[in-house]
Parts: sequence; structure tokens; C-alpha cells
Amino acid sequence: MSAFFAAARERLPKGQDLIVLIVIWTLLVSVPFWLPLLGGYTALASKVLVFGLAAMGLNMLLGFTGVLSFGHAAYFGLGAYGAGLTLRYLVHSTPLAMLAGTLFGGLAGTLFGMLIVRRRGVYFAMCTIAFGQLWYYLAYSWNDFTGGFDGLRDFHREPIGFGRFTFDITEGETRFYFFLLAIFAAAVCLMGLLLRSPFGRTLVAIRENERRARFLGIPVERHIWISFSISCFIAALAGTLYALLNNFADPLTLHYTLSGYFVVMTVIGGMRTFWGPLVGAALFVMLQDYISSMTVNWMSFIGVIFILVVLFFPRGLLGMRRRTQSAGKA
Amino acid sequence: MWQVVLFNVTNGLIIGAFYVLMALGLSLILNLSNVINFAHGNFLALGGYLAYTLSPALGYWGALLVSPLLTALLGVLVERLMIRRIYNRDPVYSLLLTFGLAFVIQDASRYIWGPNGLPMGLPDMLAQPITPALFFITWYRVFMVTIVIVTVVGLFAFLRHTRIGLRIRAGTFDLETVATLGVNVRNLRTFNFAVGCLLAGLSGVLAAGQIGLNPNMGDDLLMPSFIAIIVGGVGSLIGTLCGGLLIGMAAALTTVFYPSASEAVIYAILMAVLLLRPRGLLGEEGMFS
Repeated sequence: MSAFFAAARERLPKGQDLIVLIVIWTLLVSVPFWLPLLGGYTALASKVLVFGLAAMGLNMLLGFTGVLSFGHAAYFGLGAYGAGLTLRYLVHSTPLAMLAGTLFGGLAGTLFGMLIVRRRGVYFAMCTIAFGQLWYYLAYSWNDFTGGFDGLRDFHREPIGFGRFTFDITEGETRFYFFLLAIFAAAVCLMGLLLRSPFGRTLVAIRENERRARFLGIPVERHIWISFSISCFIAALAGTLYALLNNFADPLTLHYTLSGYFVVMTVIGGMRTFWGPLVGAALFVMLQDYISSMTVNWMSFIGVIFILVVLFFPRGLLGMRRRTQSAGKA
Repeated sequence: MWQVVLFNVTNGLIIGAFYVLMALGLSLILNLSNVINFAHGNFLALGGYLAYTLSPALGYWGALLVSPLLTALLGVLVERLMIRRIYNRDPVYSLLLTFGLAFVIQDASRYIWGPNGLPMGLPDMLAQPITPALFFITWYRVFMVTIVIVTVVGLFAFLRHTRIGLRIRAGTFDLETVATLGVNVRNLRTFNFAVGCLLAGLSGVLAAGQIGLNPNMGDDLLMPSFIAIIVGGVGSLIGTLCGGLLIGMAAALTTVFYPSASEAVIYAILMAVLLLRPRGLLGEEGMFS
């Protein structure tokens, strides 16, 4: 454990990375003050945070381990349903609901990961899509329990009590935004530490050359499994936040369309970069919000964005920056 | 009771036949190009809509013949303009590309043909039941299953006995060697993609006669087709065939006893296969793993 922290300390951000960090956190903290001036609303920023967190979790697998999951909406949605069902049927407690949702989605991912860690490439992706749809159909058809197609309603986030002091997150967009930001910060710090640790470096080694990593004696399957599992836990955590944000869990949060959105957010922002998915999520959420208010044919626009990104912009926004830094490095 | 069972068995056979046609097309493309074609269900819908538009001019039979060919032509266009650019890149790009394409095609069909369902007219002789006792078996159902069987047999004969078919099969195992032997792999992949789209278009025309047309008619078939491929074993077309029939039948028979679980049983089969035989029923060891 001390080696873990020593290694993490050694790789504390310096120079340009530090500037990026300062800019990102300043922007995130000050969002409620400047976004309304630009015509946005704070709930939109909350959505960006939630989707950004899910995409960053996915990126741990996609960008840093080099394994493609196209079914992360399943764990996101399971988190949302886990939180919603807990609040509705079990206890009126926000932290417990978050815990339950995160465990539910994360453990489902962990168990499923065990079955598919030996698959690679498109086959792995195909298994994740198919397994993800299982939960969609379950939520869709188990009407009495999950609300079916209409989604799960009749629950809402509860104030959080710390002994004598109570933090009321039920009202006020801004206050809830800061609550989200705190959770986001904790999860992102954890991911950052993990990726800077020897474990994270090993994941990158597997991405770069799986065979070589195997020859070095690295248990590749176990690493991929752990990475998959962690990224599912993060996605599930983001899902619980999404349910709390909307006081609603929608079967579409389980659908593979949302998985596709997570992947495209990651790619737009830059899938080999740490902050890329958050930038991609911000761009995607705002674009979608804008386009769907402008035209009924928003699907075409989103589809064209997907295609253009793939054909002309595969490295993503932050990936471009990285490229100018170290030209020629693949 | 036997009528209910028979009814659902014929249903299962027909649903299975659709899964098979759809999954064979997907599987062909997946094997040779390593691309999961998310837009496959939308090519299916396009095939159906084209037949709908063409049938007043060409008649049902003409449309049945021409619209799959047009779908294949569109496939060639899409492959040449977009998909071939991403063959040697990370699989994430091919998924995103076809995913975006699915959105665009679906929205375009909604724009052109409207969001509401459209009925597909059938020739009178096909719309009749075979006998009054078995009222649910129309000639159309018999006809559909026959077409699917003929197509599948034709496809396998083509792959086995023609030079191009041989190259496609060889390319599934080792595309690099096939290229080294002087085969134009670029054209081979385009042709193969077109065959996949042809199958999708054909199943679209057939499905239109059974369930009518709507812009997202292919979506419900896409996921079972994925599962059929995984269950049958990636890399094996015969496996895909068996997988499609198996899950179609399983879903239909479950409907007899417990209708709401008919979707779940497909996923149960998927999990069982992943758990007990990860390479799929007839998959080669080591393919894509």
C-alpha cells in the first residue's frame, strides 16, 4: 500500500497537466455562476457531470486497458434502478440507495466480466451488448416491480443527515450540483490514483502489447477483469446519481443506445486521455440538448456526428493536444 | 393443446428463419471484415420499404427480387464510402460508425415513409390459409420458410463451390494469406458486405409481409441475431444457422407455457453458452479470443 502511494506521489501532475487540472476544476466549481448567463441551466451541467463520470469509468477500460465494452449503459441503468428501487421499496435514505445501486450494478458487471474476459475485440463488445440488453428487457417486461416502459417513478432523493447537521439536497439545483460534484471528485480522484499506480501502468502495458505483458508474467485476464469491474462500479455510481438527479429511472438508461453515447463521448473527448470523456460528455450533452430542441430529425444529426467523428476526428479533442505534444507516437 | 403447440412451433420456425437470415448476413460481415454492423436491422427495414415502393410498379414478385438487390447496392455504396476506411483501426470505430449509420438510416426512412406502420400487400394466393383447420398456416408462411431455406442452401453452396466463396471462407481464417496469394481483398470485402446486405434486404421484404413496415422494424431482430451468432459460435456460419433456429424455437415454445419469459429464455441460452461453452456451439477454438 505504501508503494502504491509513493508511486502515485512520484507521478503528481506537473507543468501543462497541472494547468489543465486547474482549468477543469475551476470551470466545474464555477458552473452554476456562469452557465445561466450563457443561456444554459444547472441541471444540464449536472447531467454532464453524471454522464462524464460514466464515460470516464468506461474510459478506464476502453482507453487505458484497450478493451471495448459497448454495454456500459447496463451497469449505469442497474445503478439507477438499484437506487430507485431502494428508495421506493426499502429505505428513504440517499446514501444507502447510492450504495445499493452501486453494488448492484458493479457486482452484476463483476460477475459477467468473469464470463467474458477471455474474449477480445468485437467479440467482447458483442457479448457486452447482448448481456446489457438482458437488463433492458427485464426492466421493460417486469411491469409491477420496475414500472415497465414508463420507468420507475414514485421515489425522490432524501436529505442527508450527519448527526445534528442535515444537508438538504432535495431542493435547489445548485446545491444538488455541488453534491454531485463532490461525489464526482471523489470517484475521479480514486480513478486517477488507480491509473497512476503500478496497477494502472500494467493496464496500459496490456493495451499496448498484450502478448508482451503476458510474457512478462502479468495475469492479463485478471487485470482486464478488475479493470472491467471497476469501470462497471463507476458506471453504476453514475447511474445512481442519474436516478437521484431526475427522481426517475428510465428503461432507456439500460438500452445499448446509451452505451453507444458513452462510447462516442469518450471518443469525441479523446479516449487515451484522462479528462477526454468529461469534455466529450459536455460537448455531446449540450449538442444533443440543442439539436433536439431545434429539429425532430435529431437522430440524423447525432448519427452524422458519430460518422464524422469516426472518419475525421478519431483522436478526439484532447487527443489532438497529446499528438502535438509527442508527434509520431502512436 | 396440440394446435397451440403447433401454432407456436410454426411461429418459432418463422421467427427463427428471420433470425437466421439476419444473423447470417451479420456473421458474414463479422467474419471477413471484423465489423459488427449495427445498421443491419436498418438495411432490413430499407429492403422492406423499397419493396413497398416498388411493388405497384413491378408487382410483388418483381419487388421481392429487385429490392434486396437495391439494398445490396446501397451496401456497396456504404462500404466503399465509409466502412472500408476503418478496417485496420480499433474495433471501437467500426461500432461507432455503423451505430451512427443506423441512426441516419432509421431517421431517413422515417422521413421518407413516415413514422407510422405501413401494410405490405401480398398476392391473393399467398394470403390464404392452407386448410381451414390449420387457419394460422397461410401459404405466405410456407412460402417464407421455403424462400429462407432456398436462400440458405444457395448461400452455403455458393460459399462451398465457387471461387469467390472459397476466398471468403479462406479470408475468415487468414485474410493476410489470402491477400498474399494475389486476391483483391478490398473487392472481396465489398462483395461480402453486399451479400450480407442482400440477405438483410430479403428478410426485410419477407418480414414486411408478416408484420408490416415501420422505421424500426429491424431493431427487434438485431439483438437476437447477435445472440444467435454468439450461441452458434463466432466464425462458424453453420453455427449461426443453428443458433438462430435454436433461439427462435426456444422463444416460441416458451411462449406456449409462459409468454412473458419468451425474451428472457434467449438470454438464458446466451448465459448458459457463455458459461459452459464459451466458444459457442460450433465455434472454432481460438477465434476472436
